[in-house]
Amino acid sequence: MSSSRWLAVLAAACVLVLGLAACGGSDSTSGTTNEGSNSENESGGGAPSAEVSGEIAGAGSTAQQAAQEAWIAEFENANGGATLSYDGVGSGGGREQFISGGVAYAGSDTPLSEDEGELGKAVKRCEPGELVEVPNYISPIAIVYNLPGVEELKLDPEVLAQIFNQEIENWNDPAIEKDNPGVELPETRIVPVNRSDESGTTENFTDYLSKVAPKVWTHEVSGEWPVKGGEAASGTSGVIEAVSAGEGAIGYADASQAGELGKALIKVGSTWAEPSAEAAAKVLDLSKEDPELEQGSKSVIAFEIDRKTEASGVYPIILVSSLIGCTKYKSADEAALVKAYFEYAISPEGQKLAEEQAGSAPLSPALTKKVEAAVGAIE
Amino acid sequence: MSSVDTTTNAGQLLATASGGRRRRGDRIFSNTAVIAAVTILALLVGVAAFLVSEGLPALTASASELPKGESFIDYVAPLAFGTVLAGVLAMVIAVPLAVAVALFITHIAPQRIALTLGFFVDLLAAIPSIIYGLWGIFVLGPAAVPVMKWLEEKLGWIPIFEGPASITGRTMLVVGLVLAVMILPIVSAVAREVFSQTPRKLQEGAQALGATRWEVIRTTVLPFGKSSVISGGMLGLGRALGETMAVAIILSVSGGVSFNLISQSNPSTIAANIALNFPESSGLAINLLIATGLVLFAITLATNFIARMIIARSNVQ
Repeated sequence: MSSSRWLAVLAAACVLVLGLAACGGSDSTSGTTNEGSNSENESGGGAPSAEVSGEIAGAGSTAQQAAQEAWIAEFENANGGATLSYDGVGSGGGREQFISGGVAYAGSDTPLSEDEGELGKAVKRCEPGELVEVPNYISPIAIVYNLPGVEELKLDPEVLAQIFNQEIENWNDPAIEKDNPGVELPETRIVPVNRSDESGTTENFTDYLSKVAPKVWTHEVSGEWPVKGGEAASGTSGVIEAVSAGEGAIGYADASQAGELGKALIKVGSTWAEPSAEAAAKVLDLSKEDPELEQGSKSVIAFEIDRKTEASGVYPIILVSSLIGCTKYKSADEAALVKAYFEYAISPEGQKLAEEQAGSAPLSPALTKKVEAAVGAIE
Repeated sequence: MSSVDTTTNAGQLLATASGGRRRRGDRIFSNTAVIAAVTILALLVGVAAFLVSEGLPALTASASELPKGESFIDYVAPLAFGTVLAGVLAMVIAVPLAVAVALFITHIAPQRIALTLGFFVDLLAAIPSIIYGLWGIFVLGPAAVPVMKWLEEKLGWIPIFEGPASITGRTMLVVGLVLAVMILPIVSAVAREVFSQTPRKLQEGAQALGATRWEVIRTTVLPFGKSSVISGGMLGLGRALGETMAVAIILSVSGGVSFNLISQSNPSTIAANIALNFPESSGLAINLLIATGLVLFAITLATNFIARMIIARSNVQ
């Protein structure tokens, strides 16, 4: 009974959204025809030359919220008749709202999978069109620490896993000293700081730990931190605040938010990698696409991130967030708007804007090409 | 409901007295009052029905089906414990403080100071809880770190100060302090009201018998206000149990059931847990969170019943 009421509310919301889109339609007919010609001269690349209009709503990942807000502001500047909104309700909420039809597109820190049957439901939601899912936001996750006087800290993945598993308890432990010759490590107690809220950052970080140190990190990969007893703080800002407040604390957080805190160098192969945008973007070039998540669809690009890479100049602790949409929408106007917005977000200009505003790593040229092809499937 | 009945009766009496016909004003008034009372009940039933219907899938699911792979009881027990611990801690700190503040305002301070102080205490209630949360992590938490270290060193043999002391100050003790400040205005407002109504005769009688100021307060003011202070305390406890944002921001929630108040590993509370995990949840995980909300509802209901019982008993005496 309650679910039917939910449906009714959602239906009402849909009608409202569609109604508003239709209201904007009076002056958007010209926009649509322009859009038609636009797809022809699109080979020029990048931003759409013709304006689109209408109103769409998106929801999802808070990680890419800053980037989404910047894209929307720029996109609306370029397209006077377009109104977009992005509600950072969290990846799970975004996927749920997308599947139920509440929003036109979603942002998610993890690709849609069959674990909770979400992939199947999303494919169904897009019928008769197809599901579109492309990575649009890559961000390095930094290991931040608070040790006054220690300028550089090198951590082996195995040691990193032991620290976060609370197996290494003091900073002057021989396992840490071994990789940091000449560094005066204090005897301070190590306080690992984790997220207290469920998050994509945690999911990506635990995925990394379980891949590179499977013997130490035996916990399941999940958005909820699996180890009890550590210091827990809510949100990226909470983790940064907790690490800053406590001497001896170490945490993981979006690299762009690390501020003054020290960022540990992580061993990759035989080199020490630091969390930089280029090093993060390279990981996806080395990663394979996951056939189980893509299910043979050309418009879905989902990676099995190569955390175990040994290549130099690569930083494998990254968060990859995706845009989720459909190839077909109820109206051509809506589809044109979604397409134009996706194209802008993944374009070199859009990626550069996200780098400036949110500190993300721009998609590599090779990946951009692939993603453009997938987004091009929107009609 | 009984108050509604008396209003209706009074209205009818008035109407009879003034010539047998009920006047329009009375009719409108009594109808509005009935509607208001019924609306409150309907709201309460509606919320309870929502919690039950949305929480039921999680309550009936087996442990392996639930997202965390543990049974509902195992999941909710540490949360319920944390909720009650935070609430009780806040009460233990706030109630004596609120009573002292109320006594100072009503019986000790000169009129002008009393008015100003009362105004400022009331103002505490106007601060949004997120501000209390930020104050907790930026000011009170760091300031409490040395205090908690001292407690660990000197009083570590008491289980609640066992430590190891947190280095960031995001502990249950700090949460208890913040919650205490948050509920202080509610409790002290109720206490102030009732203390100022202590019959003059009683107080003067005590003074005539040679009682000092403290003896007057102890023998007349406190017994007179006892039941109201209890009900004020319960109002405050209700707020502390349900407080969400301040707890979610401050508390380092990474532990299970533990009475240790100064470590980094604390049990979460039901409301904070919902706020922290709802955004990324989907499917049965949402039902699970709503089911924990039902447990909070039950806890609040139980505290209110207990409070009523205590008040009823103290009134008899």
